[in-house]
Amino acid sequence: MARKAVVNRGKCAYCGACVAVCDFFALELVETYLEINENCNGCSICVKVCPMGALSLVEV
Amino acid sequence: MFDVIVVGAGPAGSMAAKTCAENGLKVLLIEKRQEIGTPVRCAEGISKQGLKRFVEIDRKWIAAEVIGAKIYAPDGTEITMAEEMAGNEVGFVLERKIFDRHLARLAAKAGAEVIVKTAFISFERRDGRLKVKMRRMGEEWEVETKILIGADGVESKVGRMAGIIRTLRKSEIESCAQYLMSNVEIDENYTYFYLGNELAPGGYAWIFPKGNKCANVGIGVLPSKAKANAKYYLDKFIEKFGIEGKIVELVCGAVPVYGEIETAVSDNIMLAGDAAYHSDPITGGGIANALCAGYYAGKVAYEAVKKNDFSAGFLRKYDELWKSDFGWKLRRNKKLQEFFLKLDDQTLNSLAKSISGRNIKEMSVQAIIVELLKSNPHLVDLIKNLLI
Ligand SMILES: Cc1cc2nc3c(=O)[nH]c(=O)nc-3n(C[C@H](O)[C@H](O)[C@H](O)COP(=O)(O)OP(=O)(O)OC[C@H]3O[C@@H](n4cnc5c(N)ncnc54)[C@H](O)[C@@H]3O)c2cc1C
Repeated sequence: MARKAVVNRGKCAYCGACVAVCDFFALELVETYLEINENCNGCSICVKVCPMGALSLVEV
Repeated sequence: MFDVIVVGAGPAGSMAAKTCAENGLKVLLIEKRQEIGTPVRCAEGISKQGLKRFVEIDRKWIAAEVIGAKIYAPDGTEITMAEEMAGNEVGFVLERKIFDRHLARLAAKAGAEVIVKTAFISFERRDGRLKVKMRRMGEEWEVETKILIGADGVESKVGRMAGIIRTLRKSEIESCAQYLMSNVEIDENYTYFYLGNELAPGGYAWIFPKGNKCANVGIGVLPSKAKANAKYYLDKFIEKFGIEGKIVELVCGAVPVYGEIETAVSDNIMLAGDAAYHSDPITGGGIANALCAGYYAGKVAYEAVKKNDFSAGFLRKYDELWKSDFGWKLRRNKKLQEFFLKLDDQTLNSLAKSISGRNIKEMSVQAIIVELLKSNPHLVDLIKNLLI
């Protein structure tokens, strides 16, 4: 089963920390809206780096 | 066609655009957000020196002035670094919402075109020029330029797409959370730093006064060492120290603590500020270096346009400038950071004790190291070897 990052928008503080560490350009911060695209391979580094704990992995 | 397109209207980008415009270049500054300077991602501390070099001080964006810093070891041992003479304020705490806008306006005033709500998407090299793809107010937009300056901060798309830098690892970035709090009871003449492996793994907590009993209370942790997210550690810190006050704003962000990159250029492209990992690996401070890098990038862009040479070879002049200005310090502080990261709380306590009560007049990493070496001769060889 593949895994993919998802964002809890209630927690996200749209700071871009996750964008900085994503090696696959899977995350983009469109002003205050975090987009996660199909490049995400579930590596989980963004989950670890998020200051708010707003990201998690789900099975897809 | 533009001479220069600058991506990102933070301190690095605005300073670059301003410098280009002042030298008569046709420059476009794009910022993806609709409001420059917000949301803030900063604790807003800067040394007076670092600021004065590049910007004329304007009280409108100075929130507070400090005479020094106090550093606390895990057991509470205090190290004070301060200018004792009144009137010798060494540091400022800025109001970045206003500061960043001020800088962008200076760029505009100098003749730069400034466009907000416009994001850099990608670029293509063609006949020695760049075709830059952007999204402007939701519409695709393509413009040609001779030079592209990536000042897009820690997200750093330009640099990674150009292959100049590689993506940061968990051990190369500080994950930060901060509250602006009101009714904070502190001596507002100082900034405060708190160390400890439990308290802030791989980073530190801070309190920076913002005047009128307000303060930035924040924390940075290294994700490779932290067991939870930054906000968790921040809440713990506030609880432990019984910091009372009302939270009136939340700020999050990340700072590169990479050290010195080998080069910040490729053909037609220069990176400045956090986009080039220019922030300090020990303090996490990056405003002063961003201003400095932006200024140099603007200068070299001007020379490149004059010579009609946009090759990486020519743009390396920019590398020479930022490296000899502050790059060497990033290199040194990266090594020192790696050294400090290995110390347990007990060692931190005893090192702090060895210099606590000393009269440290200068507010710098170097001043602390010098004091530490004076009191701990056994460290001399260690640090020396480290720095060679
Ligand atoms: C919590 C925290 C506390 C800090 N405290 C301090 C401190 O006390 N003192 C200090 O000196 N430094 C501090 N720093 C570091 C400091 O904030 C940065 O070093 C500084 O802002 C870097 O400036 P910059 O111009 O390089 O980037 P930024 O200020 O990050 O600006 C980059 C700009 O580029 C824009 N952008 C990004 N991508 C695109 C795109 N694709 N298209 C268009 N625009 C784009 C962004 O929206 C942003 O406005 C702190 C950082 C954090 C996170």
